[in-house]
Amino acid sequence: MSTVITAILILFGLAVVFGIILGYASVRFRVEGNPIVEQIDALLPQTQCGQCGYPGCRPYAEAIANGDAINKCPPGGQSTIESLADLLDVEAIPLDAEHGEEKPKMIAFIREDECIGCTKCIQACPVDAILGAAKQMHTVITDECTGCDLCVEPCPVDCIDMIPVETTITNWKWPAPTESRNLIATDRGRGLQQEAH
Amino acid sequence: MGKVFAFHGGIHPPENKKQSTRTPIRPAPLPKRLYLPLQQHIGTSASPLVNVGDRVLKGQMIAEPVGRISASLHAPTSGTIRSIGPHPVPHASGLESDCIVIDSDGLDEWEEHQGLEDYTSLKPGALIDHIRRCGIAGMGGAGFPTDVKLHLGDDHIVNTLIINAAECEPYITADDMLMRERADEILGGIRVISHLLKPSHIIIGIEDNKSHAIRTLRTALKECELNIDIRVVPTKYPSGGERQLIQLLTGLEVPSGKIPADIGIVCQNIGTTAAIYRAVHFGEPLISRIVTVTGDAVAQPQNLEALIGTPFADLLDAAHVYEDRLYRLVMGGPMMGMTVEHDQIPVIKTTNCIIAASRDEMPPAPPEQPCIRCNMCEQVCPVTLLPQQLYWFAKGREFDKAKHHNLFDCIECGACAYVCPSSIPLVQYYRFAKSEIRTEEAEQHKADHARERFEARQARLEREQEEKEARRKARAEEAARAQKARKAEPADTPTAAPALDINALKTAAAVARTKLKKAQKALNTARESGEGDLPALEAAVAAAQGSSDQAQHALEQANSSTASGITANVDLKQLKTAAAVARTKLKKARDALKNAEDKGLEGLDKLRATVTTLEQKAEAADQAHQQAEQAATPADNTPPTDLKALKQQVSIMRTKLKKAEAALANLEGEARTQAEQALTELRQRHAAADQAFKAAEQMQIEAAAAQGVDLKKLKVDAAMARAAVTKLERALGKTEDEQERTALESQLVTARDKAEQLNTTLQQHAPD
Amino acid sequence: MSLIRMSSPHVYKSNTTSNVMRLVLIATLPGITALTVFFGWGTLIQILWAGVLALAFEATILKLRHRPPGLYLRDGSALVTALLLAVAIPPFAPWWVTAVGVFVAIVIAKQLYGGLGQNPFNPAMVAYALLLISFPVEMTRWTAPFALNGDGWPIASFVDTLGAIFGSAESLWYDSFTGATPLDELRHRGGLTTEEAWRQSQVLSVGIGAWYAVSAAWLMGGIFLLYRKIITWHAPLSMLLALMICAGMFYGFDPDNYASPFFHLGTGATMLAAFFIITDPVSSATSNRGRIIFGASIGILIFIIRTWGNYPDGVAFAVLLMNLAAPFIDLYSQPRSYGHTTANKGRGGKA
Repeated sequence: MSTVITAILILFGLAVVFGIILGYASVRFRVEGNPIVEQIDALLPQTQCGQCGYPGCRPYAEAIANGDAINKCPPGGQSTIESLADLLDVEAIPLDAEHGEEKPKMIAFIREDECIGCTKCIQACPVDAILGAAKQMHTVITDECTGCDLCVEPCPVDCIDMIPVETTITNWKWPAPTESRNLIATDRGRGLQQEAH
Repeated sequence: MGKVFAFHGGIHPPENKKQSTRTPIRPAPLPKRLYLPLQQHIGTSASPLVNVGDRVLKGQMIAEPVGRISASLHAPTSGTIRSIGPHPVPHASGLESDCIVIDSDGLDEWEEHQGLEDYTSLKPGALIDHIRRCGIAGMGGAGFPTDVKLHLGDDHIVNTLIINAAECEPYITADDMLMRERADEILGGIRVISHLLKPSHIIIGIEDNKSHAIRTLRTALKECELNIDIRVVPTKYPSGGERQLIQLLTGLEVPSGKIPADIGIVCQNIGTTAAIYRAVHFGEPLISRIVTVTGDAVAQPQNLEALIGTPFADLLDAAHVYEDRLYRLVMGGPMMGMTVEHDQIPVIKTTNCIIAASRDEMPPAPPEQPCIRCNMCEQVCPVTLLPQQLYWFAKGREFDKAKHHNLFDCIECGACAYVCPSSIPLVQYYRFAKSEIRTEEAEQHKADHARERFEARQARLEREQEEKEARRKARAEEAARAQKARKAEPADTPTAAPALDINALKTAAAVARTKLKKAQKALNTARESGEGDLPALEAAVAAAQGSSDQAQHALEQANSSTASGITANVDLKQLKTAAAVARTKLKKARDALKNAEDKGLEGLDKLRATVTTLEQKAEAADQAHQQAEQAATPADNTPPTDLKALKQQVSIMRTKLKKAEAALANLEGEARTQAEQALTELRQRHAAADQAFKAAEQMQIEAAAAQGVDLKKLKVDAAMARAAVTKLERALGKTEDEQERTALESQLVTARDKAEQLNTTLQQHAPD
Repeated sequence: MSLIRMSSPHVYKSNTTSNVMRLVLIATLPGITALTVFFGWGTLIQILWAGVLALAFEATILKLRHRPPGLYLRDGSALVTALLLAVAIPPFAPWWVTAVGVFVAIVIAKQLYGGLGQNPFNPAMVAYALLLISFPVEMTRWTAPFALNGDGWPIASFVDTLGAIFGSAESLWYDSFTGATPLDELRHRGGLTTEEAWRQSQVLSVGIGAWYAVSAAWLMGGIFLLYRKIITWHAPLSMLLALMICAGMFYGFDPDNYASPFFHLGTGATMLAAFFIITDPVSSATSNRGRIIFGASIGILIFIIRTWGNYPDGVAFAVLLMNLAAPFIDLYSQPRSYGHTTANKGRGGKA
């Protein structure tokens, strides 16, 4: 009889000890994770362009968190898809062409002598990157422009152009070394074939 | 001789230095055209001071520095500015950048210049300014503006000044030849630097393959009063790297991400010292430098003193280049130099060497083979990195891992790529990874910024929407109430509003002040720490200031209007109470004071001060009360039928209302609700005053109607006539058709007549 | 003027992978010579046979993987793998044992993982371990050193050896030329003490000199590689030291049951492993510190397997186990970089 009680007591004691240890560990080593939406939103390019079909990056982030496809963001392109795939632990899929193509980085440019000062583009700009007042010429603050091209459509005189960001010696990037052609040419070809399927 | 330490790794590439040291330094022939890139240094580009077509003299400043880390630019010879625009520059990208192009006139005419007579008597700041005006930037390779380094003594304790004369890269002999021929200039420059930085000792670090230069320096040093230690270090690439040389000479390591000055060391290139000497003693800006022109593709490898801006082609010609042999043109050394694709690329302040290499000398790299992890790169890395791991990470685009493996400590010396048996262009992989990481970080930063702006905009739009809604509601309510009030009792004008009103406004003002203080505090902290978005904070402070002022203003207005107010009676009561309370308080305090004085307790002074304050307060309250009483009396006497006075009242009310509304827009939170309440009350008062006015007007109109004139109709007619005139005037301004113009003009005349007539009639009947 | 644009550096040390491999091949010459002198032609025949097979397999696989065979064959890594396997297996092992071994080494352990530089395990050791487990009889029948066969130099003739490897020799013939290795003898000594086993066994008392000589020859080759800076001292030295210390400790406490440290160093594949196998850069740890840990762990494992394990020599298993651990060692043995007070640990970034 006493052995049974001893056994029960030992088991009980062990349960208490491990319970304390586990409880301590869960408090001490708690992972303070951002809510998933925040994490997704942080990966999106924040152009707020709406090409994904949602009114801005955060709504799309919420949609992704609720299971929407991760390949609807043309400004982010393949690299964003990859990092999203990484974050969500799903397979990286190619960009959905329905929502647009990955284009080089652009910024809006207003042909200022043609601008009539209608303020329509100012209202369209999601990041307040256009400066101007009614009947005054408008201009784009290039540093703030995200290249979403939302201002192009509303312009009644079509004086806004999207121009690719020019490469100068200050923003030039070292290219990746080109590997000798005969070493990986076949791999590259094969990769393209796979993508085509 | 001090001790020489060692650094990890290093390589011994063939030196190839003998070829170019056979002949003394020779001035390069004057080029016909010079190209001066606006950015030859680290930092912001210089901004041009000259226009196309200007004639410039040798030594004249043609571009000024912008910001703290920047360097000025001087005309290397006399001539005319041909153009200012893009031209190929020495840069790894091969891209073009803005250059000032000078057509030399062949006269080489100096601008008037003179050295500083006694630089030791100058303030350090002035001396450094002089050096900055001379456009001196580090001549070793990086091109860091020298004046910034000379200012390091201001906020760092500089123990050691290291003069970098290692010149570890193969082929280059520019510093070697400079030391052989101009040791006195070097010492003069060191004297200036040591005067500015006041180091406790000075070390010249020099590789043991320059025995001639070491001898010359030693001889020159004999007559030098400075405590200079020449330390000969073994020839091993990259001993001339700033951090490696510091480790060699002092055994210290510069912490990652810090600058040498953080451990009390300042490093200067030996060429820079000579340039400082010339700038200080002769007032000559940095317009020329010694360039080693060497390589198998030139017949006479040698050192040339070339003007900044001289195209490489001119120097290659001077060294008799074999065009057919030339395969690769390198600016700088073979380990870290960059290839240039264009022989019109100019010499800049950091061009220490031009290698015209033949194909045999620098053959194209063999094809890249797989990494076998042989570890040779690790053995030679002067920074003790794991180059092969970095390579895998860069290749696999695992940039965060590369960063964790200290990618950004890599100095890109090329030792790893030099020894790699698989011919992997390791350095390029690191450069690629570094620029990818930098771009990624910049993009992330931009995305965060965009998110912030987007969210701010969303919030603003929402707020505007809400405000609009609130205003609409308020208007509706007000209309409803006005209707009700008119029905019920039009005479019941004044209410208990003003007291509440003032209280609300007071709270609003206090809240605004607190906000302002907070914003100012944030700004100050930001200023002190030098972090954060200063302009944004400043704007915030300004905005807070504005709203605080407005709230204060509104409060004052409300106060004064109450004092002279239409509804002073309620207020009067309050003031009376306040005065009474103040008196009671005063009495109590006096009692306490007396008590304390009797017992000789501590804190007497404090109590006394309290009493004094209370006395003042009580007095003020009394006074206010009396004033209010006086003001209230005449206000009550105002005849309500005086139309003009009524109108004034209404307009005053309107202004107040508007002001309160404006103040409201700037408020938030609780203060807002209170202010809104106050506003509603103000509105009511306004409505009431308006009503009174209208009633009075009505009476007048009726009186006028008795005279047979419909005043109201008259008024409307007059307004219409005036509008017609304005309209016509505008149309006239726009039209260009001659005929139309005449027609319009005649119409305008008629309209004006009519308007005037109506106006006169109106004034007769309603002379307000 | 057409000039080229490329990233620095613009000069390279004339030092290619094939150079490295060639030097390794040269460094094995003393060892091969010693093996041939003491154990007959078998080793040379095995090397040639394995070399031909390795090149053939490598070429075929490269063709299948659409890689240019010429470029890759020239790097000589297949030859080195084949050679290391050939000197590790018994000189009289039948031809198909070698063939299976080379196939496993080149095709499975190397090319299927992505070729040179990608294999996580040392290909020669993978093959050796597989052969040892699959064909224990063939793999433990080592040639007896000539000293045991009477006077003069009575090793099997070249033709006989060829016949033994490719044909089917009589088992009697085998018996006259083969025997156990010293490690085997000591392992299966029954209840005897080391001392008694030593006195009883011909292999130990007379033949041990041949093994010591071969080890010395490998050591010579290793010193040559160290001198030419093809390998660093870290892994070999730490492995030998660890083995010596372990053996020394046990021998010091109980010389009756444990072999002397010198015996451990001089027999089996110890020296071959120290300088030619664990220095294989691809599958070993990366940094110097890592290589010290890697080498020392192998030394300890070799001692453990030799002393208490089922197989007489544990080099292959020890190396494979540590190959498995190398990436982990890499994470925790990064050197302290210039300007940092501590060395980094772990892989950094997202796991």
